[in-house]
Amino acid sequence: MTNHLRDLRAARGWSQQHLADQLEVSRQSINAIETGRYDPSLPLAFKIAELFGLAIEDVFTSPSKEN
Amino acid sequence: MRHSPAQRRYNRRLLILSAAYGVLLVGAELAFQRRMIGSPLTFGVAILPALPIIGMFAAIGRYLIEERDEYLRMLMVRQSLVASGFALSCATIWGFLESFDLVAHLDAYWVAVAWFGGLGIGSCVNAAIARRDATGAFPS
Repeated sequence: MTNHLRDLRAARGWSQQHLADQLEVSRQSINAIETGRYDPSLPLAFKIAELFGLAIEDVFTSPSKEN
Repeated sequence: MRHSPAQRRYNRRLLILSAAYGVLLVGAELAFQRRMIGSPLTFGVAILPALPIIGMFAAIGRYLIEERDEYLRMLMVRQSLVASGFALSCATIWGFLESFDLVAHLDAYWVAVAWFGGLGIGSCVNAAIARRDATGAFPS
């Protein structure tokens, strides 16, 4: 599942560690999500979207809409 | 790399259990060498070194329960699955080799040793998958 997490984080000038601290997860987790190696659970996906003040579909692309 | 609180607790438990294993193994060996064991106690003393090893399996289970970071939890689950597959495969292969008298007998606790070795292989598998899936350099 692709996502815009890296762009959203970069737009705010946050490091992966800063984002990880805010979400109470490891930096490894942020890196794995950003690179598409790991799809977060629904609760974590909501937490990420809420941190950026966005809807979940503004952060994550539905697999059915991916090319 | 920062460790999660659950990882720190897991590492601490493993250190304590490793120390307990060393002490109990040496103690049991000495007890048997000096024939200090009466028959009712023999079985109890013989399994003493196994208890910290069982504790290590429990520590991994407890880590999986306590780890709040779902990605780190997934990595440990994958590592444990690799370890289980490796140890069971080794045991199966060795069992057949042994039953056809092609190799010497090995004590069953070597399965646990193979399992811990499999954890190391699982760690390498995790690293290899991370490298394979990495799509480029990312700022950290």
